[in-house]
Amino acid sequence: MSILIIAEHDNQALKPCNWHTLTAAQQLTGDIDILVIGYQCEAVITSAQKLKKIRQVFVADAKAYEHQLPENTAQLIADLAKNYQYVLMAATTFGKNILPRTAALLESAIVTDITKIISTDTFLRPIYAGNAFATVQNKESIQFLTIRSTAFKAETASSTSLAPIKIIDTIILNILSKFINQILTISTRPELTNARIVISGGRGLKNAENFKIIEELADLLGGAVGASRAAVDAGFAPNDYQVGQTGKVVAPDLYIAIGISGAIQHLAGMKDSKIIVAINNDPDAPIFEIADYGLVEDLFTATSELLAELKK
Amino acid sequence: MKVLVATKRVIDYTVRIRVKSDETGVETSNIKMSMNPFDEIAVEEAVKLKEQGKVTEIVAISIGDKTCQETLRVALAMGADRAILIETTENIQPLAAAKILQNLVKRETPQLVLLGKQAIDSDHNQTGQMLAGLLNWAQGTFVSKIELKDTIVDVTREIDGGLQMLSLQLPAVITTDLRLNQPRYLSLPNIMQAKRKPIEIIPLDTLLLDTTSRLHILKITPPEKRHTGIKVANVKELIDKLKKEAQVIT
Repeated sequence: MSILIIAEHDNQALKPCNWHTLTAAQQLTGDIDILVIGYQCEAVITSAQKLKKIRQVFVADAKAYEHQLPENTAQLIADLAKNYQYVLMAATTFGKNILPRTAALLESAIVTDITKIISTDTFLRPIYAGNAFATVQNKESIQFLTIRSTAFKAETASSTSLAPIKIIDTIILNILSKFINQILTISTRPELTNARIVISGGRGLKNAENFKIIEELADLLGGAVGASRAAVDAGFAPNDYQVGQTGKVVAPDLYIAIGISGAIQHLAGMKDSKIIVAINNDPDAPIFEIADYGLVEDLFTATSELLAELKK
Repeated sequence: MKVLVATKRVIDYTVRIRVKSDETGVETSNIKMSMNPFDEIAVEEAVKLKEQGKVTEIVAISIGDKTCQETLRVALAMGADRAILIETTENIQPLAAAKILQNLVKRETPQLVLLGKQAIDSDHNQTGQMLAGLLNWAQGTFVSKIELKDTIVDVTREIDGGLQMLSLQLPAVITTDLRLNQPRYLSLPNIMQAKRKPIEIIPLDTLLLDTTSRLHILKITPPEKRHTGIKVANVKELIDKLKKEAQVIT
């Protein structure tokens, strides 16, 4: 029995989500291999070799794989997957894009967005945006699984020896799609889904200018910035700040919701946070029902005071 | 150019769902049902493309029991030209749905298939990708912008950390994200007109496909309840609690 993880990276570095996927893999039974698909990704390969409990690193390094588009990489993964009982990716937009296509190529089902491994073939996954959970048994001979990073701890320890590399020299060309461009939000802050602290702002901020106090507080605490859908729709914050059913799912140690009422759609994205703080002037806001610490106060007064106190 | 749009009937997004006490599913009796919001965005985009003169025919598809005709009527009222219901009372999982759509693609030969990135009930986020794989077509998932040309379609995808622009060869499968458009409200004349548009009903078993469930749902349970915490009087008390009690800041 063996497990294959498909590495997520940008040809420069392994993404932190791989550490969470590795933890999930370690809860299954079998030797763990990892596949790095990319172009000129030496640093990624070395990091993959150092991951804990990795038996072997497969490398498919070619120009055709530079942008890791599904039209050819799904086929490459499918060819290798036949030798495995489990094939895992993180449930990120990258993993969600590629692995269902891979599974279909082998006429197999896939279990996506797993939050708990119950047994070798049974998994827990949220449905209805986390308002219910399904216990799913998968009887397929190859188990395709995507793992929700926030539900598994990160395995960041590195191995003392380097796992051996095996080169895959099959080159599958992609004639169906072409990469044009990518616009990534450049930020010095931690990534939203991996941050230990997240400060989120809602419609209560009133405008984009005011939203800057959320960013200031996040920077002071070394946290990431989030936003409710209402704040994003109103143009206060970019879409990739969005936390909720239609945005990102986060589970930091500390989540501070400022001027967020707590619509079901937002709660779905943050209710697994360890400590939730809510600051809102409406004492009946639903966010207070799930907050560990609630402060009923004008958000501008409270946030200014918070900034002043923390700077002391 | 012909476009196929897949639509799923789901519990309306405004309904607070309740898990049945016997853990077999969620309450669906006497509950408002609607078209999956992401699919509604897919229909809207198809109609927009038709209004721009780039699309000549829109065929809306749904898979499910008779009540899915209501969902198809909505698609027709939004501007789809005709509809096909693949009728079944079985629970159709993503791989099965992808096979059914693949079958319809062979029959209808569209240049583009549009569908929501995920259904808000089962949240699988799989069907579009699986369909593209089965057809060996280009795929654009989580798309927030579409520019349809003669032989290609340029898409903007919402990815973690930003946006990705791709150029896809037609025919292609596109799954729609929230920011692609704002679906239109249905006008009464359009609703009336939609009643006269054809819905073809095809029993699932006549397609002779293996649509059996591969995933066994053992139980459906409610999420763990979060306890309600306390209210603090002021910022000073809040900071004190975060430092000493919760120990999440220093």
